[in-house]
Amino acid sequence: MSASCPSCDAEIVFDDGAEEGEIIECPECGVELEIITLDPPEVQEAPEEEEDWGE
Amino acid sequence: MNEPKIGVLCSLIRKDEKLIFEALRGRGVAIDKIDDRDLVLWLNGNSFPKYDCILERCINHSRALHTLKVLNTQGIPTVNNHAVAWVCGDKLLTTNALTHHGVPTPRVAIAYTPKSAIAAIEEFGYPVVLKPAVGSWGRLIARINDLESAEALLEHKQVLGSYHHSIYYIQEYIEKPGRDIRAFVIGDRVVAAIYRTSEHWITNTARGAVTSNCPVTDEIQDLSLRAARAVGGGIVAVDLLERDDGLLVNEVNYTMEFKNSIHVTGVPIHEEIVDHFLGVARGEIDWRPRNRNQESP
Repeated sequence: MSASCPSCDAEIVFDDGAEEGEIIECPECGVELEIITLDPPEVQEAPEEEEDWGE
Repeated sequence: MNEPKIGVLCSLIRKDEKLIFEALRGRGVAIDKIDDRDLVLWLNGNSFPKYDCILERCINHSRALHTLKVLNTQGIPTVNNHAVAWVCGDKLLTTNALTHHGVPTPRVAIAYTPKSAIAAIEEFGYPVVLKPAVGSWGRLIARINDLESAEALLEHKQVLGSYHHSIYYIQEYIEKPGRDIRAFVIGDRVVAAIYRTSEHWITNTARGAVTSNCPVTDEIQDLSLRAARAVGGGIVAVDLLERDDGLLVNEVNYTMEFKNSIHVTGVPIHEEIVDHFLGVARGEIDWRPRNRNQESP
């Protein structure tokens, strides 16, 4: 199961336990990506940090 | 006994949420992931689907705060409850709750104008710490070393910031030994603690601090539990500062991140969270505010 990085076009292979909404890092360019769907595998660049993000 | 119907309120899935999902699935519990980006909350009538409990794991504080309020109003138990999120999400309210309950904290003053903020800062003496009342991960926190930087910083905040950046939370600067302590409180127990060590005075792990195990001393246990009770209980991470005369509570976090703390402490914090969450869902643990002072508006 793999998708393409929208930034550098590298192949992104999902781990077995991948989740929709999960934040992963492109192994080629390092950009943060969000898994949009598992089937079909699709990613997009993760949202920019917002002012009220945190814990 | 029927399995409880549970949901996890979230959006982006970090390693922390994945660990929680794994722990829930490991117990054979079905999970409804409730993505706050898809959520529409109808305020007329109790229209939200019935759940035995919803675990809040939003990355956006404002979405967590509002959603928890609606859910609790509609009778849906949540971990944490809205009152805890309300108090912990605002440093002014957190410190107010802590001091009201006699929990030692650094001294804090609130001011609304640059003029009154300067007056408070001068009374503290330098250095002093200026924080946004609402914020996390060490973002926009500043150590002010002199009057000139105080004036410049306050002017920038007033001109460039939104209105809540002009609620000035001014905190006594505590000289740390290159680290602070984070204690993980779940219900009535401190399950683990870590040191967060950094060469920078800001020791958030989001800013690169390194974690290591911190033995839970009697003092850490006592103070962390008192801090947790002061903000309403539940699942919280209590940040402590070490000073020669004892520990001080700096902040309390209500959607705590713990992924960097499991390995160093050897404590499966995600399993502890799930134990508490399922205990609430089964009606074995009370989820409501612990004291009247924490009842939210």
